[in-house]
Formats: sequence, structure tokens, C-alpha cells
Amino acid sequence: MEEYGGGDLLSEAMGSAARVVVVEDCVEAPGAFVLHLLLKRALAGGGAAAFLALAQPFTHYDRILRKMGCNLSLHRRNERLHFFELQAFPAAGGARDGAIADCFVRLYSEIQRVVEATRTGENAGQFTITIDDVSLLEVAAHGSVDNVLDFLYYCVTLTSEMNCSLVILIHEDIYAVEENMGLLLHLRHIADLVVKAAPLSTGLAADVHGQLSVVNKGTFSEQRAKAQKVWSFHFKVKENGTDFFYPGSRH
Amino acid sequence: MAEAVVRYLRDGRLDGEHAPALALEGSLQCCSLAAGAMLHVTAALASQAAAGKAQSRGLVVVAFDRSPEVYLKFMRRRGLDANALNRCVQILDCYTDPLGWKQKFQNRQHQENSTKQFSTNKENITVLRNVKDVNKMMYSITELGGGFEEEGKRYFSIAVDSISSLLRHASVPSISGLLSNLRSHEQVSSIFWLIHSDLHEPKVPRAFECLSTMVACVEPALVDPACVESPGSMSTLEQNYSKAKFIVRLKRRNGRVKHFYEDLYVEGNDVKFDSAPASAEVNQSLVPKVQFNLELSEKERTDRANVVLPFEHQGKGEPIQIYDGRRSLPEGQRDPNLAPALVDELVPKSGTAKGEIHYVRDSDDEQPDSDEDPDDDLDI
Repeated sequence: MEEYGGGDLLSEAMGSAARVVVVEDCVEAPGAFVLHLLLKRALAGGGAAAFLALAQPFTHYDRILRKMGCNLSLHRRNERLHFFELQAFPAAGGARDGAIADCFVRLYSEIQRVVEATRTGENAGQFTITIDDVSLLEVAAHGSVDNVLDFLYYCVTLTSEMNCSLVILIHEDIYAVEENMGLLLHLRHIADLVVKAAPLSTGLAADVHGQLSVVNKGTFSEQRAKAQKVWSFHFKVKENGTDFFYPGSRH
Repeated sequence: MAEAVVRYLRDGRLDGEHAPALALEGSLQCCSLAAGAMLHVTAALASQAAAGKAQSRGLVVVAFDRSPEVYLKFMRRRGLDANALNRCVQILDCYTDPLGWKQKFQNRQHQENSTKQFSTNKENITVLRNVKDVNKMMYSITELGGGFEEEGKRYFSIAVDSISSLLRHASVPSISGLLSNLRSHEQVSSIFWLIHSDLHEPKVPRAFECLSTMVACVEPALVDPACVESPGSMSTLEQNYSKAKFIVRLKRRNGRVKHFYEDLYVEGNDVKFDSAPASAEVNQSLVPKVQFNLELSEKERTDRANVVLPFEHQGKGEPIQIYDGRRSLPEGQRDPNLAPALVDELVPKSGTAKGEIHYVRDSDDEQPDSDEDPDDDLDI
């Protein structure tokens, strides 16, 4: 079993300084497992997390993370995990533009309240905000990219003010067409680190489920300026975790 | 040439002219480097202003993309002390709360328990809470700039980072209006802004380029169209994240445009510029920089002219004669009937009597170059 606190390729590639992590995936290679790993790591490290779930219900994540050795229900009860079920978001419905913006304001202020409450508590550890996924957030906003971006930018401000990090999942292939690249490009711009899951470029294989490339754009104020910026390796998703390895280093 | 750019911004406006403006453009492939270049120019100008060498007394930074702390930290690393920062730098913070959400939230909280104040504000940071109102922004900027006023001199410079974020809240015409109003404002010494060119349609960066006197593009050092897609080009990508080209286009007052470029790279926590060896000035033709040499030096040119090609007749001083298929008579026995024009193209003269091919044409009736098909009598 892999060790998640450190040691595996992904955490080595990601380093520790990244504030805004964007995970890009596509239909052939879903990147949700990266979110699970990061969520587990955030909670295991003594920090707290907020999870904005649009794609799946709580029980889904609970089941998966339990296999990986992390009890979400317990963390939720201890108020270490703040789980937002947003399948019905925006709650008040209504396609009026102002109404949607209001919903985002409310959602944001809820998050900010949670972050502040955690900070004033006894453990001032790292706080991780995870969004699964932004594409659905855009759907919830009735396709209004501006509202989503406003919301995301506000979340980004939390990262610089309150020792937060932000993890965002986006389905890259939805934005393959030139004219609606907007959201994807903006996300790539605000990201410090882009993790991209893609199917194996050489075709299907039984032991390899896909390849992961990590681009550490890192602002140069970061300490480890000499570090490698671009990583590429293969992954294999298992029941209780994920294996990362360099091409050709297995079998 | 980053120095030259900073020099232009430092020298500020001339009498009867608008303030010089720099548009800094970056794309996704090297956006952290473009941001670095922006910080570099900002810090350099601020330190010039602090040292009293610039026309402007101070710098107003309109911060959208980064928190104001990032600028202050960077300037401190560049050797500006707290005193100089307070004196010469004002930051209009459009990053923290651009739409007033936090204030709204804070007010609500305030009504409920009225305990703590949401104030992280320092002396030289002003939070703008309604970015959509461009007029208000204009007002705030000029008000902050007026704060530098000192013994009669009342110029200030403006940095906008970045226009791309501003464009999400306001339209292109209104921002163009803002920029040109600021340029023509009598207290503004210089203005520069960053724009992420790939976030917009191509015409949008163009519109802002038109307003500027200088354009600096930060472009990837190595261009590889498939750089994201194919894993084989990881090293290209890696290089592009650590190094970029800083291309400057200077528009002179008389309309002449000058091009320069430099290498831009990150070293430790700082941004460095390196004028590319022996090619700091790009030709007007903008020949792309390639790995191999496209031009020849003078010596190479003469050497090339002296090469004797293998198919060239090496006459060794004798007149060069090329056989045209007409005659096989030696030169002495020239046919007097032939036109003199044809004469000089004759049989090679046999200097050595070793081996020769004698060829005697069957008949002279036939024209050598007749159009007649020699095979037309064949019955196929």
C-alpha cells in the first residue's frame, strides 16, 4: 500500500507550496481519484476541509474514502470536514441573473464562515477547499461563466489570506471547442499547479490506467525555485489507493 | 531592454504629450514569467521613484490578480524599506473584495454580534469594493495618486495588474476609456498594464496595444505547437516554464517602431533579464530566431563563390567550349559558311593526343534541333 503523507510520486511532484490546484480530466480517464487522495491527505495531516460536492452524494465519497482508510463521517461529526451537498444548487432556483449571483454570494459566505471558524479554533492547520466539479457548477449557474469565475476568484482570495488551499476538478474535454474555452483557460491562469489525467497515449493496458502530468507553474516567490516543474508518470487506481510510477518501471 | 522600458516609464511624459504607456502581454504558456516581468517593472519603477530619480513621485498599483502583499514583499526583496514603501507606493486592492461580497457578509455578521472588525488594511493598501464602476475606479486612482504630492511636483505612475481580470467586470470600450483618460490626465507620468492575451479574442489585446507607446510580449522561448498534448515534449515545456523571450516594441514619437528582445528567466526568487548574445536587436523583418544560421558572413560568401562545382568545365585557362551537337570539325578546319555566332561553341580541342572520340555526323541536311519525331515511321 502506498504511503500518502509523502513518498509517492504525486506528492513529490506537487510539493507543498501550491495554493490553487486544478485537476483536469476527461471521460476516458476520470480524475476523481486525485481529489480523493488530496482530501484524504488534507484530513490526515491534521487540517480541515470543505468539500463542495456537485457530482456525487456524501455516501459515495464516504464509501470510497473508507476503503482508503479515512472515515469521512467521523471527520464530519468532528467538524473537520464541512460537506456541502450542492446537487440542488442553486437552491432558490430561478434563472434570473441576480438570483444566481446571490446564491453564489451565500455559498461563498458560508465557506468563509467555516474557514474563519476553523482558524479561530484550537487547530490552525491547513484548510482545503475542494470542488467536485466546476463544470457542474457552471451548469448550476445556468451557463453563466462570469458568476462561477467571481465565486472562484473569491475562493482564491481565501488562499492568500487564510492559509487555505483550493482544489478544483474540471472536465477538460467539455471545453475542447475554441469558443467556450473561457472557463478552462481562466482556471489554468489562476492555478499554481495543474494535474492532468489522460488515458495512456500508447493505448490501453491492463496494468496502467492512464497517465498523469503535473505542471508546477509555481509563482517564483516559492522557495524551491530550482525544482522540476513538469512531471509525467503513470497511475493505476486500486481499491485502497492509487499507484504512481514512471513509465517502464513496472513489469 | 527591460532597462530601456523602465527608463522610458521613469522619464515620464514630455510637455504636450500623453503619458508613455506600456502594454505587457503574456500567454498561458509562460504566464508566471509574465507576472514576474510585471513585478519586475513595478518594483524597478517604485525604487526609481523612491530614489527621486523618476519624474513621478510614487506608484499606484491596481492589483487584481495577486494579493497586495505579493507586491510589497517583492519590493522589499528589491531593497525598498518600509519608509520608502509607505512614501512611494499605494496599492488599490481590487483582489480582496472586488464585488463587495465580503463586506456584505461582514455587515451581516456585524449586525448579529458586532464583535470583530474585518480590517487587514495597512497604510498603503486601499480596498476597492465595486470594481464594475469604472468611473469610481478612475476617481480612486487619481485620488491615491494625489496623495504623493510633494513640493510642487505632482506626477505619479500607474500599474494595472491585470486588464484581463478587469475585463470580466467591464467592457472593452469602458476600459479603453479609463486607460486613455488616465494617460491624458495631467498628473500621470506613466502607466503600464498586464494583459493575458489568450484569454480574449485577438482584437481585445490589439485594442489596448493601440493605446500604448510600448508593447512588451512575453513569449515562450521554445515554440512547440503540440507541447501540451504529447508527452515527448516535456523538456520543452519544462524549459518554457523557466525561461521566456521578452520582446519589446517601442513606438517612437515620429511613428518609427523599434524591436528588441531579451531572455527572461527566474533565478531564485527574482526575475532576471539577459540580453541575448549578439542579437539584442531583432531585424525589422522579424526573422525568427532559429538554431541554425540563415545568413552568411563576408568570408563565407567569397569562399562560396570560389568553389569549383564538379560539373563546371574546368578549362584550365583555355576558352570554354561547349559542344552543341552541331559539328565535329577541329577548330582549324572551320566551315567558312557557318555564321560566326555559332563558331565559338565548338569541339574540345585535343591538347593531349591520348584518347578522342571522333564523331562525324551522317548528313548535314538534317537540322540538329528539328521538331520532327524520329520515331514517327514506326508502326506500333
